[in-house]
Amino acid sequence: MNLPNFDSVQVGDMLPPLQKPPITRHTLALFCGASNDHNPIHVDIDFARAAGMPDVFAHGMLSMAYLGQLLTHWVPQSALRSFAVRFSSITQLKDSITCQGRITEKFVDNGEHRARIELKAVNQDNDVKLIGEAVVALGH
Amino acid sequence: MIDRKFIGHRFAPSSVEVEKGQLKFFALATGTTDPVYFDEAAARQAGHPALPAPPTFAFSLGLAKPDPFDWIKELDIDLGRVLHGEQKFEYFGQIYAGDVITLQAEVVDIYDKKNGALEFLVQRTTVTNQRQELVGVMTSSTVVRN
Repeated sequence: MNLPNFDSVQVGDMLPPLQKPPITRHTLALFCGASNDHNPIHVDIDFARAAGMPDVFAHGMLSMAYLGQLLTHWVPQSALRSFAVRFSSITQLKDSITCQGRITEKFVDNGEHRARIELKAVNQDNDVKLIGEAVVALGH
Repeated sequence: MIDRKFIGHRFAPSSVEVEKGQLKFFALATGTTDPVYFDEAAARQAGHPALPAPPTFAFSLGLAKPDPFDWIKELDIDLGRVLHGEQKFEYFGQIYAGDVITLQAEVVDIYDKKNGALEFLVQRTTVTNQRQELVGVMTSSTVVRN
């Protein structure tokens, strides 16, 4: 995979969006095992209710992994410099996450040409679930 | 309330081998379509020595211990009241299948909002490989609903 070129990338450009399928209980069971996050609140409805939640809900890190895929579809992972998110609302069962990225800045740091990307994970109603930012290296 | 004396507290480090089977399982669980993350031949063709760990996988390595929530108990927090608030990764190198990764976490801040109704615990974790190379730093903010 080649790096996008600094001169061909413009502030305001959107990354190709990534649409994920609806989150099911099965999705959460698989991610529980695969991610080592065994917190029962994501897979055990009895535990979730006892904790005051109406049902189990998705791991924030599942959607962050989706945003990671958005990034690595655009640049090889070796170009990632930083990747940060805020989990702004809970992702519920049946939510379909779409990952979006928009270039907000082009700059040179330590002699390296880089871009700052604003990240968003939204559900089917366009409710923002994660908001964040990544810095990636670009070709020059 | 979380005792503020824990600011600066360093947890016991953990070391974990990155298993290729788990990387493949993580790729499956997250619906990964790029074969570099689950097909070793594709990874090698892309110039990797082994399957690469995806960008957020270091967080999972931090949970790979007999009791992944031991720190929550150590700080006397109720697991059912915990939410993940923020997560950041800084990258200095790549983690691969077969690496042995050491994670060292430290509490860097504890603060509250809404008169203590919400508390925030900020941890910074260094991620180092078997060659003592710092491959990343993770910063996590955990929210406790009091």
